[in-house]
Amino acid sequence: MSAPVETRPHREIPAHQGGLGYRFAAAVATPGGAVFLLAIGLLVATMVANENFADPGVVVRFLGRTAPIAIAAMGQYFVIVSGEFDLSMAAVVTTQVVMAGNLIGQDEGRIVPVTCLMLLVGAGIGLVNGLATTILRVPSFIVTLGTMLALAGLVRYLTGGAATGNPVDSFREIGRGGIEDVPVVEVLPYPLLIFLALAVYAQWLMRRPFGRSLIAAGDNPNAATLSGTPLWWVKTRAFILSSLSATIAGIILVGYAGVHPKVGEGYEFAAITAVVLGGVLLGGGRGWVLSAACGAFALELLFTLLTVLDVESTWRDTVQGLIIIAAVAVAGRAWTVGRKPRGGRGARRTEPLGSTTNQPTQGPITGDN
Amino acid sequence: MRRFRGALASAAALLVVATACSTDDSVDDPPASGDNQSEAGSDTDWFVQEDFDRQDEQRSATFEGDPSKPYLQYIDGEMTDTSKFKVNGPQKVCFANASISNPWRQTGWITMNQQLKVLQDKGVISEMETRDAQDDDNTQLSDIDYFIKEANCDAFVISPNSTAAMTPAVEDACKTGKPVVVFDRGVETDCATTFIHPIGGYAWGIDTANFLVDHLEEGDHVVALRILPGVDVLETRWAAAKKIFDENGIDATDYFTGADPTKIKEIITDELTKGEVDGVWMDAGDGAVAAIEAFEDQGVDYPVITGEDEMSFLRKWKETGLTGLAPVYSNFQWRTPLLALEKIFKGEPVPKEWVLPQVPITEDERDEFLEANEGMPDGHYAKFGGEDLPGYPEVWQERRIP
Repeated sequence: MSAPVETRPHREIPAHQGGLGYRFAAAVATPGGAVFLLAIGLLVATMVANENFADPGVVVRFLGRTAPIAIAAMGQYFVIVSGEFDLSMAAVVTTQVVMAGNLIGQDEGRIVPVTCLMLLVGAGIGLVNGLATTILRVPSFIVTLGTMLALAGLVRYLTGGAATGNPVDSFREIGRGGIEDVPVVEVLPYPLLIFLALAVYAQWLMRRPFGRSLIAAGDNPNAATLSGTPLWWVKTRAFILSSLSATIAGIILVGYAGVHPKVGEGYEFAAITAVVLGGVLLGGGRGWVLSAACGAFALELLFTLLTVLDVESTWRDTVQGLIIIAAVAVAGRAWTVGRKPRGGRGARRTEPLGSTTNQPTQGPITGDN
Repeated sequence: MRRFRGALASAAALLVVATACSTDDSVDDPPASGDNQSEAGSDTDWFVQEDFDRQDEQRSATFEGDPSKPYLQYIDGEMTDTSKFKVNGPQKVCFANASISNPWRQTGWITMNQQLKVLQDKGVISEMETRDAQDDDNTQLSDIDYFIKEANCDAFVISPNSTAAMTPAVEDACKTGKPVVVFDRGVETDCATTFIHPIGGYAWGIDTANFLVDHLEEGDHVVALRILPGVDVLETRWAAAKKIFDENGIDATDYFTGADPTKIKEIITDELTKGEVDGVWMDAGDGAVAAIEAFEDQGVDYPVITGEDEMSFLRKWKETGLTGLAPVYSNFQWRTPLLALEKIFKGEPVPKEWVLPQVPITEDERDEFLEANEGMPDGHYAKFGGEDLPGYPEVWQERRIP
């Protein structure tokens, strides 16, 4: 963990300066905070472009359908913040979707055992990714790329690349249904509730010793090892969490969309983009888990906004790509602004040093360790 | 807020300029990479009035041959003299397949293999060596190259991955002097012994768009779900449909979905939030169920929808009682290449361009097809045309992919 007292014992870290209002403003000025502004901005823009999107029911449904990608983004966050990548995520989603379709079929009695099996498979894939990265010391980029190809091949072999049939409707309710007759929003989709529960869990986890060690491992693995962190186990757990989150995303997606080998396609990059958009540093050591989730919502809002604005189908990908680059570029600037200590002599001059010693490893919102 | 919108608009304008410039880069692509079609993304480049008119006529043409064997029917036209290919004894066939990555191709692939068994038993074909290009132009180029140079093939069957990119490879195969059968997607050469395909994309577009126009009113809104750009058989479907929509004042918005049901559902949901959706047009029915489910989840009336003869759509169509049409891109065409080779090895003439029937399934015929294909999986295609082949129906029911 960072040791703020090392070089300048008398200077406060920026996040601890000023009152609540100032600290809030400072938090928003970091990329981890700015993504919330971005998401709100996109939401407002969508609502302005078409007033139907201002209906609370529509917003809640939107949040519900974005839940799986947000869950995947939180899983990817654990891996990225520890300094690794998980490219196998999309393949895990697809594998789980196909497993659910083939193994559950129309038999309700199989829902529980197959779901357990899916979670086990998910954890197993994460374990393999983690151990190969930490014990065999193969770069995670390559390990997870390998897992991705292996799983994609397996799915191809099992299905020949096409859908077989949907699992029983009661299983699909997890991703399709919700609590009905809720005032104001009409319906509370189950995926949204699952997301909220997982978000609370993820936030709690990041405040536990595990979360702290994870960030330390991403920030400075050598220091983390020297201070007694079992690096291999911490990172392996991150990979397991990532694969499990992909599994849960898969379970929701089977419900939402049905079985198809295309389900989950592009999830690894969507999740990584969401994490980066959420201001999490690629390479690890910095960022807030809920910002990653918010990055996913911002990303999906962007797609919806393009639909609302009737952007031509042939351009959409290009427009999306450029906006994402622009957003990350702006967010990158926000780090420099956000970490500037208030006043103090030579604040600008001492910046480089300050950035390694004075900055809390998470966004200031949670940085009051 | 107005200022924000203004900023957004100008940002979008900037992006438009940026992307307009960047498309020029595709010129640098090597001609064999297949991306050289992507710049022809706008609809007019895929629309040839002459082809449109021809296919429009062919929809009502008379087909030669036994209607109970539609896979052998063809429209009367130029024939290829195959007497020089006449041989005795079983021959080795080499099949360069674009992919089996969608349920339509899978179903056809199963049917083709059952047809192969029949011809092997008859002593026409000794073996069929198949290479699956997995949707990759470069892979298919090297597959065909391998067949020509090393595989001792007596005949080639090619299902091209993309039109322009595969043209030189098909020409190389023709130069070997052995029979070359091209089917499904086309190439820009007529050197093949026979080119087998259903009527085509325009006919699909005309059938489906006319159906929607008949059941909708001027000014109604149609969401068009397209799988991907750049494949001729898909582009022409949309080009024809778009033309008819425009002529009849139907407001159509098109999207690329990659056949991902998640995307399909999100697009429909957003469109439903924006306003009414009266019709859904699809360039392939894979994912039609997800589109219909989006309407259910939003609690709004079903649209008029054109899907495909895939079982999942036919079943959902019946179950919901919506107004629909199942256009057919005759899956039975997967039998025809091997049967064509049987004729060629006997020296019998075959049509130079073998146009197979392509008749949509209407609501009246739907239940008949559902009954005939009972027990088939969701990804099965009703007009697969393999009822008389060995292994029917188990092989298709269990979807045993060779």
